Amino acid sequence: MLKIKNLKVNTETEISILKGLNLDVNEGEVHAIMGPNGSGKSTLASVISGDPKYVIKEGVLEFLGEDVSEMDPEERAAIGLFLSFQYPVEIPGISLNNFIKTALNQKQKSLGLEPFSAKEILARIKENANALKINLDFIKRSVNVGFSGGEKKRAEIFQMLMLNPKLSILDETDSGLDIDALKIVASGVNKLRSENNSFIIITHYQRLLDYIKPDFVHVLSDGKIIKSGGPEIAKMLEEKGYDWI
Amino acid sequence: MSEEKNKTLKEITKNKYQYGFVSKIETEKFEPGLNEKIISLISNKRKEPKWMLDYRLKAYKILQNMKVPDWANLNIKPIDLQKIIYFAAPKKNQYKSLDEVDPELLKTFNKLGISIDEQKKIAGVAIDVVVDSVSVATTFQDTLKKLGIIFCSMSEAIKNHPDLVKKYLGSVVPSNDNYFAALNAAVFTDGSFCYIPEGVKCPMELSTYFRINEAGTGQFERTLLIAQKGSYVSYLEGCTAPMRDENQLHAAVVELVALDGAEIKYSTVQNWYPGDDKGNGGVYNFVTKRGVCYKNSKISWTQIETGSAITWKYPSCVLKGENSIGEFFSVAVTNNFQQADTGTKMIHLGKNTKSTIISKGVCAGKSNGSYRGLVKISKSADNARNFSQCDSLLMGQNCGAHTFPYIESNNKSAIIEHEATTSKISDDQLFYCKQRGIPEEEAIGLIVNGYCKDVLKKLPMEFAVEAQKLLEISLEGSVG
Ligand SMILES: Nc1ncnc2c1ncn2[C@@H]1O[C@H](COP(=O)(O)OP(=O)(O)O)[C@@H](O)[C@H]1O
Ligand SMILES: [Mg+2]
Repeated sequence: MLKIKNLKVNTETEISILKGLNLDVNEGEVHAIMGPNGSGKSTLASVISGDPKYVIKEGVLEFLGEDVSEMDPEERAAIGLFLSFQYPVEIPGISLNNFIKTALNQKQKSLGLEPFSAKEILARIKENANALKINLDFIKRSVNVGFSGGEKKRAEIFQMLMLNPKLSILDETDSGLDIDALKIVASGVNKLRSENNSFIIITHYQRLLDYIKPDFVHVLSDGKIIKSGGPEIAKMLEEKGYDWI
Repeated sequence: MSEEKNKTLKEITKNKYQYGFVSKIETEKFEPGLNEKIISLISNKRKEPKWMLDYRLKAYKILQNMKVPDWANLNIKPIDLQKIIYFAAPKKNQYKSLDEVDPELLKTFNKLGISIDEQKKIAGVAIDVVVDSVSVATTFQDTLKKLGIIFCSMSEAIKNHPDLVKKYLGSVVPSNDNYFAALNAAVFTDGSFCYIPEGVKCPMELSTYFRINEAGTGQFERTLLIAQKGSYVSYLEGCTAPMRDENQLHAAVVELVALDGAEIKYSTVQNWYPGDDKGNGGVYNFVTKRGVCYKNSKISWTQIETGSAITWKYPSCVLKGENSIGEFFSVAVTNNFQQADTGTKMIHLGKNTKSTIISKGVCAGKSNGSYRGLVKISKSADNARNFSQCDSLLMGQNCGAHTFPYIESNNKSAIIEHEATTSKISDDQLFYCKQRGIPEEEAIGLIVNGYCKDVLKKLPMEFAVEAQKLLEISLEGSVG
């Protein structure tokens, strides 16, 4: 599904951030990425999704067997990539409802498919809002404007469920969530989880991984993956910190 | 428009210059130029009574002693009134049905997802289509008639309701108000007239579409709307113009009278041809719009300004009566080389008068947008209140947004609040939208629509959709 080989990435201002990163994610797999602040986790998420702030200097970035390094972010989204942002941005005046409808039908359009009817969309909105214990009034509010930290994250997962992506990247979606919200977010991920859908879960904490069982755990440090393994790595990190590696 | 077609148009125009005034051809047109003879011809042609001709000639005298105002933040090429044709009637005066309306106009509507046909069907919308200077189609007259509402062209009003016209024409915007008002008073060829009798709530949105049809003809529309005591009316004015090479002058005057307890909502979507992306052509839009509010009455101006090469427009309220309310909600979008200097004047004369101003400027390309607003509290206006919010959204590095808020307060009890912001569409917002699968142009449209929401939501439903699409169309190609 996702193939990253020796990926070297700079900022627009030529600061080197990712320094030869390798990662393979197959269908149905859940990968957790952990690592100290500033190690390049969000940068990795941004580069995979096509944020123009970052420049690929070297390496391979393939999604669904295709080189996507030159592809527009909206095209990557259309073929099934989703990023739950660490810091979701506010869009005043556009309701979450309206925003996700636009996104859904844009995606249909890009794929050459018919737009969903208002009825179909409403049914999906209701189903997914229910699953995340979001009430419908919340969806009428402007995208992320005045949302609490937890609400923002929940809104991200709501959009993820609506868009039904093949690969979802969750960038610290668990940070700042209380245990109930954490469970709800995890249930959202588990709802989408299937043998066809994959996840990259960026987190600092073991506790999210108690609810979303990862197949692999990687440790990112200074722009490289320095350790990979199973869920036991997360446990060790929780106990001993990054110095342990 | 193709170059060839343009050439033909120019040739036709040239031919007519040679022959001067020709009366029995398909398109009736005067020779260019402004003088008493032309004004008499206009009046004659329209079979106007003498008082109307006198009104025009008086305005023409006033005009001769006035100059084009130069205080606006606009760069305007000199306007030669002698080069303008002051009267052009379309081939047919009356369309039997709206289907006969120029397909080009219908195309524009279709691009906006709103056809006249469709409009006609939407219950509660009466359309008075103005092609060039003569009103060509009026619908829903009967329903209105039953309520005693008069909604007709200005020509008809002069003929059929001379007392009302005499009483109110020029009562809000006198001929000596400004250069363009004087010009309009001298040469206006048509426009809309609306009268709502006492206590009547007009059950449908009254709607007029203006459109410039002929190359080189100026548009001088005159609109007069009178809401009698306790009445209510919502009036929509939409303008679309096809591409034109030459600059065209548009100098309209709109006068609103809201008598005691009346409410008038006046909404405009202005989409005149803005010129091309190199700054050639486009409509010069100099409009004087003003309403006077008597006791307990309310006037709301809502405008979406996306067109014209130059916009000079300040819909205003004179809050004469106690407890009267004036509102101004505006979105002004400029792209490429467009220039807009627009805003409002709220003149508080009565006690407990209130005004609200919400202005959203969106500037892209090499355009310039200015908000110019005056809030004036006179000595007599005890406890007057004003709230103004003026926001600008900049797209790219080469455009400019300016705000010129003027406040004159002569009464200590006044409360005046002014807020202003300038913002940009952030890269993060764009990336967020794109990550969700929304391409750049759509994302910009979405964000701009969100930014303008406070104003858009003031528009009647059927207009709001059109306006949203217009915003997107007018910002096409503004980034990247
Ligand atoms: N646009 C940028 N310009 C300059 N430095 C950046 C930019 N984006 C990220 N960085 C730097 O790159 C490093 C990695 O950042 P980030 O990927 O956000 O780390 P993480 O998500 O692991 O905490 C940090 O030192 C950060 O300051
Ligand atoms: Mg991060």
